[in-house]
Amino acid sequence: MIAAIIFSIMLVAGFGWFGVNILKIRSNILLGRDVNRKDRPAERWRVMTLVALGQKKMFARPIPALLHLGIYVAFVITQVELIEIVVDGITGSHRAFMESLGGFYTLVISIIEILSVAALIATIAFLVRRNILRLRRFHKPEMKGFPTFDANLILCMELILVFCIFTMNGADEALYLQGASHASHEAGSFGFAISSWVGPHIFGGFSVETLHVLERVGWWGHWIMVLSFLNYLPYSKHFHILLAFPNTWYSNLEKKGKFTNMEAVTNEVKLMLDPTADPFAAPAPEGAPQRFGAKDVTDLTWKNLMDAYTCTECGRCTSECPANITGKKLSPRKIMMDTRDRMVELADGKRKNGKEYEDGKSLMFDYITEEEVWACTSCNACVQACPVNIDPLAIIVDLRRYLVMEESKMPTELTGMLTNIENNGAPWQFSPADRGNWIHED
Amino acid sequence: MSTLHVPTMAEMMAQGQTPDILFWVGCSGSFDDRAKKITKALVRILNECKVNFAVLGAEESCTGDPAKRAGNEFTFQMQAMMNIQVLDGYEVKKIVTACPHCFNTLKNEYPELGGKYEVIHHTQLIQELINTGKLSLKGGGMFKGKKITFHDPCYLGRGNDIYEAPRELIEKLDAELVEMKRCKTNGLCCGAGGAQMFKEAEKGNKEVNVERTEDALETQASIIATGCPFCNTMMTDGVKNFNKEHEIQVLDVAELIANAAEL
Repeated sequence: MIAAIIFSIMLVAGFGWFGVNILKIRSNILLGRDVNRKDRPAERWRVMTLVALGQKKMFARPIPALLHLGIYVAFVITQVELIEIVVDGITGSHRAFMESLGGFYTLVISIIEILSVAALIATIAFLVRRNILRLRRFHKPEMKGFPTFDANLILCMELILVFCIFTMNGADEALYLQGASHASHEAGSFGFAISSWVGPHIFGGFSVETLHVLERVGWWGHWIMVLSFLNYLPYSKHFHILLAFPNTWYSNLEKKGKFTNMEAVTNEVKLMLDPTADPFAAPAPEGAPQRFGAKDVTDLTWKNLMDAYTCTECGRCTSECPANITGKKLSPRKIMMDTRDRMVELADGKRKNGKEYEDGKSLMFDYITEEEVWACTSCNACVQACPVNIDPLAIIVDLRRYLVMEESKMPTELTGMLTNIENNGAPWQFSPADRGNWIHED
Repeated sequence: MSTLHVPTMAEMMAQGQTPDILFWVGCSGSFDDRAKKITKALVRILNECKVNFAVLGAEESCTGDPAKRAGNEFTFQMQAMMNIQVLDGYEVKKIVTACPHCFNTLKNEYPELGGKYEVIHHTQLIQELINTGKLSLKGGGMFKGKKITFHDPCYLGRGNDIYEAPRELIEKLDAELVEMKRCKTNGLCCGAGGAQMFKEAEKGNKEVNVERTEDALETQASIIATGCPFCNTMMTDGVKNFNKEHEIQVLDVAELIANAAEL
């Protein structure tokens, strides 16, 4: 009875707090400007199914893709067990669905057990890749401190979760063999794929009392890990397991080479080229003028900000980036991490001090330097590499737009190039009249 | 080599003619000495196939691509609007260009500003000319059996998902197409895009074109083929960096085809 009350309080508090954090993240993302990403729904469902559910882009690198798939499928399927845990927890029953489901129950738990072993192997492999093989992309400067801790913590939580599952099922199996399980009055076996071995071999030597304690430790441990995991997610890069779905649904469906055309500029240019325009006309009342490009997260679109929250810091973007490969400071992953960190900082400030609050800092300059922004070749390798369709290039371009159009800050050679285009219609200093000369040259 | 026949839109209009397609030469193709050779190779192909085309000549201007990638949307849109006025004035319907940057900008970024044209890359046009029998290659010509690797221009490949047209053309040469370890969707940039062509690189430990040239050298190819005048410059410089300019040629796909067809 007390256990059921404690369980119920944990259930409500755990999911409640998670809900509060989800709403917070939603409002943080909505700090961004509006952009329409609801067109072509059929195509969006297709992209989401392939990229998020089917993990299509992960398979560009087959080995990590398979390991990741193991953890992913185990994670999703194991949630089925959560239904029983909740029912058992609230009503005080033990394996509530075992009797009614019969053989199907054995099958489901067996599948969960096999997948848990796959997840265990994958988790250990990931820990080895990260900490012993020390893959380069996991040890770039932006990964120092919390990001590395975060990644290892998540993997360790997965390990604990798997150990809890096998402690729970293994101890219960050992009890069942002695006719002491709460699931049945007779002696027998659950017949689960892995714990029918784990039970006698690992837990065989323990007394019935110890086994009951171990079984409860496993059960409560599992439940506590689920709630901890759930509530850690909003603070972790691991949030991608949820946001991967909406983020791919809202993908940019245009060709990657196509950059957005800024509407505010179009209006200005049309006026400039219109001979009938009245040069003294008052500007149209459009409300607050929008900044050209992005200086801070509030100048970016909500999709850019959702991208930032979806990033799981895998670094595939950075490992494909020609600038980063050749030792430049630019790292597309850092652009996403900076965007997220700045968004959280500004949003927390606004929550404390009111909507109009400004802290005098900005994404450009305080987080991302000019050197990084100018190193980009706009080659789209980062966009292509991202397994969850994040677009770091869109942010880089908006930062450039701000630097050039609001602050006239750019490498001097580019000033020359732009002047040449404006004066000669070519990025080099050639006379436009000579453009056709090649026709008559030998 | 016969003389090139390159009518301008203005000349054609004066004669009351309309070309089927406009050849957008681009800044590089018009002014850069190396890229002019690509331009002329394409013209030889167009002349051989009697394609009814024209160029804008002095009326052509930068598409605005480097300005846009550098973040100057004003300069880009000014260029775009002026170009659209010229193109619409000649009632242009279809455009071919040998520059993936012009191609991307004209195809993807002009429509919203009012410039709606059918835009193709020159490798697509040449492929069409061969497939419809207008251009025939007598065997592979001078490239038969040679190892050729193709460097994917970012704005043709990842930017617009065109990977096969240039490769099919290389295969038509009876040559051995060898892929670099990073190719197609994973192709590494030459280092020129995003307005990098016009500035010094940021501090690092290597130039991007050198890194990319290493990929090409690994394939043991004797020819590096590209479909972009900027990639051509970067790869040529990269080959020179390794003092291999006497062993390895950097050629545009249009040059390969024109030479193979002995035009």
